[in-house]
Amino acid sequence: MTFINYASREINCKIVYYGPGLCGKTTNIQWIYEQANPDKKGKLVSLATETDRTLFFDFLPLDMGMVKGFKVRFHLYTVPGQVFYDASRKLILRGCDGIIFVADSQKARMEANIESIANLATNLKENGFDVRSIPYVLQLNKRDMPSAVPVPEMERLLRFRGEPMIEAVASQGTGVIETLKAAARQILMELQKN
Amino acid sequence: MAKLDLIMFEEEYKLLHEIIGRLQKDASAKVVFLVDKNGQQIAAAGDVKSIDATSLASLTAGNVAATDGLAKLIGEKEFSLLFHEGEKDNLHISIVGKRGILVVIFDQNSSLALVRLRVKKASKELQEIFDQVEQRAQKESDGGNRFESPFSEITDEDIDRLFGD
Repeated sequence: MTFINYASREINCKIVYYGPGLCGKTTNIQWIYEQANPDKKGKLVSLATETDRTLFFDFLPLDMGMVKGFKVRFHLYTVPGQVFYDASRKLILRGCDGIIFVADSQKARMEANIESIANLATNLKENGFDVRSIPYVLQLNKRDMPSAVPVPEMERLLRFRGEPMIEAVASQGTGVIETLKAAARQILMELQKN
Repeated sequence: MAKLDLIMFEEEYKLLHEIIGRLQKDASAKVVFLVDKNGQQIAAAGDVKSIDATSLASLTAGNVAATDGLAKLIGEKEFSLLFHEGEKDNLHISIVGKRGILVVIFDQNSSLALVRLRVKKASKELQEIFDQVEQRAQKESDGGNRFESPFSEITDEDIDRLFGD
C-alpha cells in the first residue's frame, strides 16, 4: 500500500525481502546500507537474536530522489526466515508494495526455497494480496557457492510468473542493486497503472 | 482493502497537523507522532528533531502488529492502547481507526492520566479525518473516476534516473 502525501510531496513504498533462513536477506540490505550515500539513507534497524539471526525484521529507509516532482522513499524490510517465525512474517507483509524473493542457490536449500515460496503465497493471501500479481522479483543468491544449482534448474523449480530473475552474490554486492531496481521498476509502473 | 493506497491531500494533512499540534500542547507532551499501521510516518508535532522519526514509525508499527497478534491469540480483537514507562520518558501508543497509530512521548511535565484524557479527544477527531480519506478512496476506486495521478506518465528513464544511471 503506497502512501502518497500530496502535502509534503512524498511517495513511500514498502519492499519486503522474503526467503528461507540464511538465504541472505539481511546481507542484501546491509550491502545497500553500506553503499548508499549517507544523505540518502536512514538508520538500519535490526531486530536480531544474539547470534545475528533476524528475530522480527530489519528495516532500512532509503531516499531515492525525485519522480514527477515527488520525493520517492523506499522502506526496505526483511522477514525472519526461520520456519517457526511464521506469525512475524505475516505481520511484516502487511501493506507491502513489492516482494523480493531471495533464493539460496545451494543444492541442499532447494526444498527450503520451494517451501518458502509456498509460505509467501499463503501469507500474502492472508494479507489480501495475490502472489501472481504483486510486484515480484526472484533473486538467485549465493551463485559463488560450489554446490550452486545451475540457473536453468533453479528457474524451473522457482520461477512461476515470468518475473525478473537476477543472479547474485549478496555478500559481495553482485546483483543487489539490480534486484532492488527491478522491484522499484515494477512498483512505480504499478503506480502508473493506477 | 489491501489494494487501496493511502492518498493524503493538503487540506486533510493540514487538519491532522492541527489536531496533533493541539494534542502535544494540551497534553504537555514532548512529541506526538501520527503513524500509519504499515510503519510510515504521517505527521508529527513537538521536538521532532530529537528523535529518529522514521525508525520510530517502523518500530511502533512492528510493536502494534506484534501486540495485535498477541491479542488475537487470546481471543481479543486488538489491544487499543500500549504504554511503555521509562526512567525519564514514557511512550503512550494508541490505535486510531483502522489504520492510524498515535504515539505520544512525555516526561514528568505531564502524567499518564492527562495524556489519556487528551488522546481520547484527539483520537475522535483524527478518526473522522481518516474516515473521510477512506471514503474518498473507496468512492474513487468504486466509481473508476480516480483523480488525475501525476504518476500516469512515469517512464523507464525516470526510474533509471532514481538509480543514478
